Amino acid sequence: MTSPAVAPSTSPPPSPTTGLGNEVREGLRIVTPAALAALPMGLAFGVVVSQSPLAWWWGPVFATVIFAGSLEFLVLGMVVAVAPLAQIAATAFLVNFRHVFYALSFPLHRVHGRGAKVYSTFTLTDEAWALTTGPQAQRWSRRRILTIQAALQVMWVAAVTVGALVGTLIPDSVVGLDFAVTAFFLVLTIDAFRVRRSVPAPVIALLCALGSYLLFGDGMLVAAMTAFVAILLIQYALTRVKRRSAHA
Amino acid sequence: MPEPTYIITAVLVSSAVTWALRAAPFAFLAPIRHSALLPYLNESMPVGVLTILAFYTLRHTPVDIAPQTAAAAAALVTTAALHIWRKNAVLSVVGGTTVHVAIASTLPLFS
Repeated sequence: MTSPAVAPSTSPPPSPTTGLGNEVREGLRIVTPAALAALPMGLAFGVVVSQSPLAWWWGPVFATVIFAGSLEFLVLGMVVAVAPLAQIAATAFLVNFRHVFYALSFPLHRVHGRGAKVYSTFTLTDEAWALTTGPQAQRWSRRRILTIQAALQVMWVAAVTVGALVGTLIPDSVVGLDFAVTAFFLVLTIDAFRVRRSVPAPVIALLCALGSYLLFGDGMLVAAMTAFVAILLIQYALTRVKRRSAHA
Repeated sequence: MPEPTYIITAVLVSSAVTWALRAAPFAFLAPIRHSALLPYLNESMPVGVLTILAFYTLRHTPVDIAPQTAAAAAALVTTAALHIWRKNAVLSVVGGTTVHVAIASTLPLFS
C-alpha cells in the first residue's frame, strides 16, 4: 500500500458551481458499484441470521451497530455459542486489525467537525477506504465523503434486513445456506493470496488453526491468530537480522 | 438461547473494538508511518487471518464419509475453482453455496 502525500487541509472549497446537491449526487455516483457489490453479502448475512436461533431483527441491529461485514458473521456464531465477551473482543480486534492501516491514506482531514469525524471513522469500512484512497480523494468535500460512507451503511443495513425477512420464508428442508460464510472467507483468502503469492503463509495459518482447534476447540480463534502473527513477527525479525549481517 | 442483554453487550463490545481500530490510528499512527513493519504486516497478515477464519467456519464438519463432509468438500472446490477462473466474488459465493445447499439438502434423503 502506498500512502499518497497528505494534501494541505487548506485546499480550496468546491467551486460555487458544484453545489451541495451536486456533491451528494457525485458521491452517490462513486459509491453505486461498491454498494451493489455488497448487496449479496448483506442478503446472505440476513438469511444466516434468520436461520439462527436469534430473532430476525438482530440482523439489522448487528448491521447498524457493528457495521463490519465479516465480523458480523463471526459474532453471530459466537453469540449463538454463548462465547465469553473477552473472546469476542479479542476476535474483533484480530479480525479488524487491518483497519489500523486505513488511517494512512483516508482523507479524514477533509471531514470537519467532531460529530462528522466520529461518524466517518465509525463507518471506515474496507469499501469506504477503497473508494477514498486515491490521490484525487484527498481534495474531495466533506459532503461527498460522508455521502459515500452513509450510502454504504444504508445499503448494507437494508440488504441485511431484506435477507433476514426473506430468510424466515425459507422452508426447513433447505439446509446448508450458512456455507455462504465459508465461501466468503475462502474468496477473500484467494484474493489476499494474490497479493504476495507466498504458499507458506496460508499453510502456516492452516496449521495454527488446526493446532489451536485441537487444543482449545471453539475458543480457537485468538490462539490461532496470535500464533500466526507471532510467526510473522519472528520471520520479520529474522530477515532483518539476516539483512543486517549481510551488510556487515 | 442466549440472553438479550448478553447479545447486545457482545454487539456493543464488537462495535467499540472495531471503532477504536478505525479511529485511534489517526492519532497514533503518524510516528510509525515510516516503519517497515506496518507494510509487512499489512501484506502478510490478511491471507493467514482469512485462512484461519475459513477453517473456523468449518470446524464442526466431520472428517468422515458423511453427507455434510461431501457437501462441504464439493462446495469448497466449486467456490475456489469459480474464483480462480472468473475472479468474481459474488459468482463464487453464490455458486459454492448453491452446491452446498443442493448436496446438504438432498443427500441425507438417499442415505
